[in-house]
Amino acid sequence: MPDVIPADSVGIVTPEIAHFDQPLSLTSGGVIDAYDLIYETYGELNQDKSNAVLVCHALSSNHHVAGYHSMEDSKPGWWENMVGPGKPIDTNRFFVVACNNLGGCYGSTGPASINPATGKPFGPDFPIVTVRDWVESQARLSDQLGIDTWAAVVGGSLGGMQAIQWSIDYPERLRHAVVIAAAPKLTAQNIAFNEVARQAIRTDPNFHDGRYYDFNTEPDRGLRIARMLGHITYLSDEAMREKFGRDLRDEKIDFDFDVEFQVESYLRYQADSFIGKFDANTYLLITKVLDYFDPAENFGGNLTRAMARARASFLVVSFTSDWRFAPSRSREIVKSIHDNDLNVSYAEIKASQGHDAFLMKIPHYLDVVAAYMDRAAKEVGI
Amino acid sequence: MSLHLERADFAIIADWIKPGSSVLDLGCGDGTLMAYLQKQKQTRGYGIEIDDDDITASIKNGINVIHMDLNEGLSEFDEDSFDYVILSLTLQAMQSPELLLKEMMRVGTEGIVTFPNFGNWKSRLQLALGGRMPVTRSLPNTWYNTPNIHLCTIKDFEDLCESLGFRIIEQRAVDHVHKSARGLKLFPNLLGQIALYRFKRA
Repeated sequence: MPDVIPADSVGIVTPEIAHFDQPLSLTSGGVIDAYDLIYETYGELNQDKSNAVLVCHALSSNHHVAGYHSMEDSKPGWWENMVGPGKPIDTNRFFVVACNNLGGCYGSTGPASINPATGKPFGPDFPIVTVRDWVESQARLSDQLGIDTWAAVVGGSLGGMQAIQWSIDYPERLRHAVVIAAAPKLTAQNIAFNEVARQAIRTDPNFHDGRYYDFNTEPDRGLRIARMLGHITYLSDEAMREKFGRDLRDEKIDFDFDVEFQVESYLRYQADSFIGKFDANTYLLITKVLDYFDPAENFGGNLTRAMARARASFLVVSFTSDWRFAPSRSREIVKSIHDNDLNVSYAEIKASQGHDAFLMKIPHYLDVVAAYMDRAAKEVGI
Repeated sequence: MSLHLERADFAIIADWIKPGSSVLDLGCGDGTLMAYLQKQKQTRGYGIEIDDDDITASIKNGINVIHMDLNEGLSEFDEDSFDYVILSLTLQAMQSPELLLKEMMRVGTEGIVTFPNFGNWKSRLQLALGGRMPVTRSLPNTWYNTPNIHLCTIKDFEDLCESLGFRIIEQRAVDHVHKSARGLKLFPNLLGQIALYRFKRA
């Protein structure tokens, strides 16, 4: 908990809820009749509404990007390193908006929400959504906030995929897209990891075909395994070696199956802190969102053709030790952009932290984003 | 940005570039040349750079910069993507200058190359009489710590262009203040410190 709020933090923030009554037709063919999106904003929207930046979140994060909900909070929002007064996404200049995506479990309508048709949680009846559906729902939130054009849409990992989709679906509604540690679509290996996570959840005896809410239980065991697996893929071999090596929690080996190595302790801690605050059905849903993401699908698998609709300028960033979405995947994105003669800058950041690097305080990374966002700010005269 | 270019070879390059053209600048540094061309010649295109600080500086300078290792070639770019591909004072630091020159002529209609001329009389004198590897204003590093691993003379470069089937459209040799005095036109390989070439496929 902070004793005092740091000067470069947005401080105490309070989320708001936007309600939407207009049915949302989904890529899957399903429809969501009405829904809520919980969101936070930082900074002030200027007179001509040109300084708005949309931050899109990754798999397990949410609308709480920066600041604290109360002085009792142990940690600030997930991108405190990036968003705040004087930070790369400078809230003294930009009006920053972030929402929990549809299907989430932090206050936006999702599988754990009550289905008005049954009076019970949606559970497995919540329709599969896609990145396109998310972009559509975010566009409606933009309308509600009176934001016609985003100065930038920014995101890391799955968040970066949303920025790409924005540039294709609403080319005139964003000036810049900042795509960090993303990929143009998942590889078989990526999907395989997601499937193991899903199987861990779905084979948990407490899963009850996704209707565990009715049984007052949760598939914690499966969700814990899914989260542990996820964390292995977010770190690099190098980062794990640096962080844990083969260090033992106690001094000696006990020759049993309790926690012995520090890395085991870390994974269990990550798993413990995930359950109870994340909904297993949302986890299943969002891994599917990742698997299905493929903006080139409707363009004969040709990403360059998909990006031909885009009008934004791009910043693409990758990290050397990220093996989940490796630099080569970002370069596919970069190629599809310069093939269309669109503006793009690309930085490959030397970092040992793996995929998680996009959340970290890495000077060159933050400098690159700051320099780019400064350009985006000057462009709209702020 | 200021119209004054610190590196006067840039001024000569800028003179060669037609307004509104597309440019790929290999080893763009802090983006000075690209920014100048964008402003003065309304060019579009990308700078390629590998140095972290230069990438940040290029972004600050308002240009498109792509992090890439030129030693890996330009396979990311399709044939005939650019009107000009520029390689300024970088050729001599490449692992394979021949491959990169071929790549330049694959992705660009015209190539512009500038390099420090190893045939300059000061270099010749230092090696011939001093018996040591030359250290000059345009080649300030000692042999054991120089990034310049493929030095050549004006004659060498012209031979290579011929063997690669490139047709030289324009060439200049300048001294360290980048002036192109009369003597330089008569004896470029002896007096020139920096050589500048514009060429295309024959």
